[in-house]
Amino acid sequence: MIKDTVNVNGKAKAGNTYDAIVIGSGISGGWAAKELTEKGLKTIMLERGRNYEHLKDYKTATKDPWEFEHRGSITQEQRKQHPIIARGWGAAEQIIDKWANDVDAPYTEIKPFNWWRSYQLGGRSQLWGRQSYRWSDLDFEANAKDGWAIDWPIRYADLAPWYDYVEKFAGISGSREGLPQLPDGHYLPPMQMNVVEKDVARRIQEKYKGNRHMIIGRTANLTQAIPGRTACQFRNRCWEGCPFGGYFSTQSSTLPAAVATGNLTVRPFSIVTKILYDKNTQKATGVEVLDAETNQTYEYHAKIVFVNASALNSAWVLMNSATDVWEGGLGSSSGELGHNVMDHHYNLGAAGVAEGFEDKYVYGRRANGIYIPRFTNLFGDKRDYLRGFGYQGSANRDGWSRDVAEMEFGAGYKEALIEPGQWSFGMTGFGELLPYHENKISLDKNRKDKWGLPVLAMDAEIKDNEQKMRVDIIAEAKAMLESAGIKDVRTWNNGHNIGDGIHEMGTARMGRDPKTSVLNAHNQVWDAKNVFVTDGAAMTSSACQNPSLTYMALTARAADFAVSELKKGNI
Amino acid sequence: MNRRDAITRVALLMGGTVIGADLFLSGCKTKEDKVEDLFATDDANFFNEVGNTIIPDTNTPGAKAANVGGFMAVMVQDCYSPDDQKIFLTAKEKINKEAQKQFGKDFMACDVPQRTKVLNQLDNEQKEYNKTKEKTAPNHYFKMVKELTLLGYFTSKIGCTEALRYVAIPGKYEGDVPYKKGDRAWATR
Repeated sequence: MIKDTVNVNGKAKAGNTYDAIVIGSGISGGWAAKELTEKGLKTIMLERGRNYEHLKDYKTATKDPWEFEHRGSITQEQRKQHPIIARGWGAAEQIIDKWANDVDAPYTEIKPFNWWRSYQLGGRSQLWGRQSYRWSDLDFEANAKDGWAIDWPIRYADLAPWYDYVEKFAGISGSREGLPQLPDGHYLPPMQMNVVEKDVARRIQEKYKGNRHMIIGRTANLTQAIPGRTACQFRNRCWEGCPFGGYFSTQSSTLPAAVATGNLTVRPFSIVTKILYDKNTQKATGVEVLDAETNQTYEYHAKIVFVNASALNSAWVLMNSATDVWEGGLGSSSGELGHNVMDHHYNLGAAGVAEGFEDKYVYGRRANGIYIPRFTNLFGDKRDYLRGFGYQGSANRDGWSRDVAEMEFGAGYKEALIEPGQWSFGMTGFGELLPYHENKISLDKNRKDKWGLPVLAMDAEIKDNEQKMRVDIIAEAKAMLESAGIKDVRTWNNGHNIGDGIHEMGTARMGRDPKTSVLNAHNQVWDAKNVFVTDGAAMTSSACQNPSLTYMALTARAADFAVSELKKGNI
Repeated sequence: MNRRDAITRVALLMGGTVIGADLFLSGCKTKEDKVEDLFATDDANFFNEVGNTIIPDTNTPGAKAANVGGFMAVMVQDCYSPDDQKIFLTAKEKINKEAQKQFGKDFMACDVPQRTKVLNQLDNEQKEYNKTKEKTAPNHYFKMVKELTLLGYFTSKIGCTEALRYVAIPGKYEGDVPYKKGDRAWATR
C-alpha cells in the first residue's frame, strides 16, 4: 500500500534535497513525519531497517496458535542471532524477526545492559506496550525541587495542549480520575476491569482512604473505531501487528496521515551516519546515509533535521556529527551528550491468590491491565529515597500451565487441567531512575558493526536511590495485596539491567543552559538550531510513567515550533 | 503475549522455568545429529504413548491424537540447547528402566494402569529433584517430557478447540461473566 502512494526511495541520487529530514520511523519519528508533512514540508523519513508494510507484513497476525511450529518458542538458530533479546520475554516465535539482529549490530557492555531494538519501518511502535500516561508538574518540577541534576525547561502547561492533540489523534482509551499526579486526558471509553480487579481496587481505596488508586490502564488501543481504523478486537496479539489497526503504531496511524499529504518520502535501509554541519552558518545542512544493503553512501539535504532514532541511537548520530568542530560530536559542548542514561527499573513485584470468584470468568483477551499511580513522596508522604513508582498488573484465572501437583496422570488429571484454575493477581513496579552524569554511553571505536560503524559502549547501572526504592516497591506491593485480601503473596526482585524497561532516556537532555544541556526548551540542539531531538534522548528526568505519550507530545510541539521558526526565517 | 503477560507468567512460574527458555544461553554449537536419528525412528510413537498416558482420550481426543510425540521431536531438535538435547535423549531408556523395575517389561509392553504407575513414579522423582535444584543444575528429563506433553497438547488444534475453548476474534472484553464447574478454560489469553 505504501508503495502506491509514497515514493519508497530505494536508490536515490546523491544530493537529494527536501525541506525536512526525519531520522527514524518509530513512535516519535512517525509523529515528526506526520506533523512536518501536514504543515507542507517535503519530508524524507529515513529508516535504517527494512520496509514493513501495514497489514501485508503482519504475516503471523491471523495464524491460530497451533499453526506456530514451535508454539511460541524461538529456535537455537534464532537465539544465536538475538542473544540480547533471548535474555528476556521478547524472545517469542511470533515476533523474533521484528527485533534487530544483535550479531550484526552489537554493542559493548561495560556494565550489563539489555538493549531491545527494532530495526524496521515503524521501529518499536509495532512492539510497544501501549500504556499512555501524561506526566504532571510533579515530574517536570522534580529535579528543581530535589536539587537533582538540572531543571526541565518546560512545565506541564507547555505540554498539556500537545498531550490533548496527540491523544485525540492516536486514540487512547482510559478513565478520567482527577488525580494530580496523573493528569486526565482525552480518552476513548475505558476497558473493563475484571471482577477480581474491581474487588482489589475497591479494597485498596478503602484501606488507604482514597490516597491510593487502582485504575484501568490507559492504553493506545481503540475502544471505538476512529477514521481509518477499526476498534480493538480483544485478541491480545498487538505485537504481531494488528490487522484491524486497533492500536497506535506508525503504520496504523501517523504514516497514513503523512502519506496522505503527498509530501512524504520513505527511504528504508538508510543508516544515518552523521548530520552534516556547516561551521559558518552553525546549522545542519543535511545528513549522510549509508545504504544498509549496498554499503553506498548518499547525502540528503534539508532545512530541518529531526532526530528520532531512539534515545541511544539519536545520541550515537550526534556523537558522529560535526566532530571536526567538537571532538565529542554535535551537542557535546555541554559535556552531557550520551550522559544521564535513564530507564524505568522493574523486574520485581508481587503476586498471590484471589480466593473465591470460582463462579466468575472473563470473555475476550484484554491487551491491557490495571495501573496503580505513584503515591510515594507525594502530598506529604516521605520516604528514604527520592521520587516514586507505579504498578502495573492484572488478575487472571490460571490455565493449564499451573499443573495439578497432587493428581495422578490420566483422565482426572486431564479434566482438571481443562477447567480454569483459581484466580491470581500479580503486579510489577515501574520505578523512576534518577539522572546520573556517570551513567553514560560512548562510542567504542575499537569495535565495529556489520557496516563498519563504531558501536556504542554502555556504562550505566541503578544506584542506591533505586535500590532503596526497590525494597519499598516490594514491601508496598505485598502490603497492598494483603490488605486487599490476596492470599499467599509471594514477591520477586530479579534485579535490573539498564535497558530492560525499554524506556531508554536522557542521552541528549533538554535544559535551560547550553553549558549543562544538549537541547533547549523546544528540543533544538543548542549548537545547531535546525536540529531537533524529540525522542527519549530529550528527557531531563524519567518520572515513573511510561514515556511514549510524552515523546509524541514533545514531537508535535517541536514540529510546530520548527515550522514556525522556519517561516520566520530564524532557522 | 506481551510484557504484562510475561510478568503474570513469571508470577505463575515463580521458582520454576520453562525448559528451553533458559536465559543467558551461550555458545550453541551445531545440531546434535543424534536427535535427528532418534526421531527418525518410531520414537515419536513411543512419546505419543507416553503423552497419551498423561493426557488420555476421554470424551475428547488425547495427546496421541494431537501428535505430541512429533511435536517433541521438533521442539527438542530446534529449540533445546545441546545440553538439554542430551538429557532428553536419555528419557526413553529411563522410562523403560522404570517399567522394567516395576513390571519386568518395557513401557510399550505395559498396560495403561502400569504405564500410569511408571510415569507417576517418574513425575514424583522430577518433583523431588526440582524442589532442591540449583538454577544452573541440569534439567530433569521427565520434566521435559511432561512439559512438552502439556504444551504440545494444549496448544494443538485438538487441545485448543476440543479440550479447551478458542475464539480467534473475541471482539470485546467482559470481565465478569458467569462460570460453572465443568466449563472449559480459554485456550489463549
